[in-house]
Amino acid sequence: MELRPILSTLRRHKTTAALLILEIALTCAIVCNAVFMIGHRLQHMHMTTGIDEHALVQIQLAEIAPTPDIFARAREDLAVLRQVPGVQAVALTNQLPLGGSSSNASIKLDPAQREPTLSAGTYFGDGIPQTMGARLVAGRNLQPDEIVNADVVVKALASGNTKGLPAVVTVITKALADRLWPGQNPLGKTIYLTDQVGVRVVGVLADLVRANAYNDATAHYSVVLPLFMGAGKDQSYVIRTRPQDRETVLKAAVAALKKADPERVVTQQRTYDELREKFFANDRAMAGILVGVIVALLTVTALGIVGLASFWVGQRRRTIGVRRALGATRGDILRYFQAENFLLATFGIALGMALAYGINLFLMLHYELPRLPGIYLPVGALVLWAIGQLAVLGPALRAAAVPPVVATRSV
Amino acid sequence: MFGYYLDLALRSLGRNKALTVLMVLAIALGIGASMTTLTVLHVLSGDPLPGRSGALYYPQIDPRDNSGIMPGKEPPEQLTLIDGLNLLHAKRADRQALMTGGAVPIKPDSAAIDPFYVEARYTTADFFAMFGAPFRYGHGWNAADDEAKARDVVISSELNERLFGGANSVGRTLRVAGSLLRIVGVLDDWTPSPHFYDLNTGSYGYAEQVFMPLQTALDLQVDHNGSTDCWGNGTGGVGRIYPSSSCVWMQLWVQLDTPIKAADYKEFLVHYSEQQKALGRFVKAPNVRLRNVMQWLAYQQVVPDDVRLQAGLAFGFLLVCLVNTVGLMLAKFLRRAGELSVRRALGASRRALFAQLLVESGVVGLVGGVGGLLLALLGLWVVRHRPSDYAALAHLDPAMLLTTFLLALGASLLAGLLPAWRACQVAPALQLKSN
Repeated sequence: MELRPILSTLRRHKTTAALLILEIALTCAIVCNAVFMIGHRLQHMHMTTGIDEHALVQIQLAEIAPTPDIFARAREDLAVLRQVPGVQAVALTNQLPLGGSSSNASIKLDPAQREPTLSAGTYFGDGIPQTMGARLVAGRNLQPDEIVNADVVVKALASGNTKGLPAVVTVITKALADRLWPGQNPLGKTIYLTDQVGVRVVGVLADLVRANAYNDATAHYSVVLPLFMGAGKDQSYVIRTRPQDRETVLKAAVAALKKADPERVVTQQRTYDELREKFFANDRAMAGILVGVIVALLTVTALGIVGLASFWVGQRRRTIGVRRALGATRGDILRYFQAENFLLATFGIALGMALAYGINLFLMLHYELPRLPGIYLPVGALVLWAIGQLAVLGPALRAAAVPPVVATRSV
Repeated sequence: MFGYYLDLALRSLGRNKALTVLMVLAIALGIGASMTTLTVLHVLSGDPLPGRSGALYYPQIDPRDNSGIMPGKEPPEQLTLIDGLNLLHAKRADRQALMTGGAVPIKPDSAAIDPFYVEARYTTADFFAMFGAPFRYGHGWNAADDEAKARDVVISSELNERLFGGANSVGRTLRVAGSLLRIVGVLDDWTPSPHFYDLNTGSYGYAEQVFMPLQTALDLQVDHNGSTDCWGNGTGGVGRIYPSSSCVWMQLWVQLDTPIKAADYKEFLVHYSEQQKALGRFVKAPNVRLRNVMQWLAYQQVVPDDVRLQAGLAFGFLLVCLVNTVGLMLAKFLRRAGELSVRRALGASRRALFAQLLVESGVVGLVGGVGGLLLALLGLWVVRHRPSDYAALAHLDPAMLLTTFLLALGASLLAGLLPAWRACQVAPALQLKSN
């Protein structure tokens, strides 16, 4: 294909051609970044939690008048819940994976350390990994006799006298263990949550995601501590059941709890699936908006190409006729317009890729997005070339259908 | 002349219906998307207390020990209870209120209404006057009531409606967390947005329904809501035990009517920090901040990143739509070079040609703009029906309506100017000859 005649024609339509190139470039830049962001959101939304999500339900209760002994209250509630038909296991927990509202602690490996090593989600409760279905990969889970009521710990820390506390042990996630002690056996190692109390690692969980898992890099850093929080509006009863029994068990459990103590309000009752859906609702909405923007942009650009090509075909009917009369085949005319579009798209894509990286740099600076992977270049180029060719096909076919006799007619 | 141009424009537009629809639709979509996102951005970054916010300041001091602190870092975002009370009692500002958030159970007298939980604010007397909270009935409590741990409560109009059918309930009692409190005031509708004075409990569409004296709340040991940050041996509390002394969980707001007073107050914070360090309570060198409402909101980056991103996307989209329309319009005008040459040869000036073409592109822009406005209204309606916490705020105010109008006008002019100008540059003789 000879490109020179195409270039010389385009030179006579500089402004229009430049506008089309600019449009393709902008579309290319925005679409590349939008697709990249969708991928990023989807990856975030598919975060694994390490628990049996479809087997869990959550209940939160709040008292109407002060409860004298929140610890006894919670133990009674747990006993009541275990009696509910269909309940396989139940635990009191201060937070749930992806629950949003979170409890976290700064972790040090040495009490004299100035900066904490990192922050991790802190699960307090008895039997949390077992109930939620978090798999143990090394060591053991916390034992019932290791669990301490939270007020005992709070008072001991406040007074500075922590001698009376039993030796504190913890179960941590594998991601956290690998981050704290790369390549080493974490069992028996000690972490510090305060300068005074060292906590010994006795078990490692395959995974247990944090409640505030907004950042993919730190989402899997969790520790489970043998602290019994007692009844309270921020605590949750998490119940494990068969997936098909969730709704009935949830209803029966709430009824049983209200019967045990009518003086309280149910502030939350939902399946874990509902909790997860709520956590990612914004990401899902944003991904949807991005898809909408991509579709709209590509449609507008494709229609723009169709419109412009139609004009050019109309404008050049005489020239096409002359070329046909001088021996050009229909295929020659068709290929001419296709080549012209390919050329414009190529300029647009080249400019668009540079622009895409510029936008990506800006987003990296302001929105903590990673660098745009190189694969977006060829894929983006192919998509835009394809759309360009598809859009120009109609007008090009119409151009090819111009009969040679047009050359002999005046307009 | 204008009528004639308009007639010409409509004829020309009617000749290529599909193309006209495409151009109008592209402009409408671009403007609609931009205006929807811009309006959301505008309402989210708005001033919660216009006229007052400039004189309201949020003091921050740094009571932390040396663990985990590097020089030059920001002090904690809240205060410890003891520092909060010290600064409150110092009364160095024109007005000051110490506060924190919570949730309390309400047990109505009537057995027909089940007990329920509402959001609460535990604060001190100046809160209402300082923030300009309007009262429908009664008034707030005074500083003496604060110290006396008076069993007083101010309720929102919403709660008053729910419990008392909107009647004047001042003097009646309310059972809050098992204790009887006396209603001293009922607020009028009041929802500062963003919820600037405590962003931990929610930034938008969040309003407390119960306000009670801080000392009363601490005495009754009602539940605390919001963020608690601790260091050293601090623990966030459990059950009826509140966060310990090495935890920050209080917010203090002060009113300082002049910049000089603000500078003096900052000086006072430094002095207070030095004094506490001398007493051995503070370890670090004074590290204080004093931001006003808008500075605080900017520092806290209260507008969600996604909203900003959406606005950026929408404007990118508008740009593509505009380029698209300019390109199409230009191609269309240039194709009519013959017709334009005839008009030129018959004596029409370039200016007249330009006006004619501008009328045509103006019609496209105007119709697109009106379509964009309608789409923006539709877009905002969609935003309002989404489950985000700022959904209810997404309304077009007069300022944004004017912006939309100007944007539409600017966009259409932009889309018309270049093609019209370019098409006027035809050399009539050449065009006529080739025809």
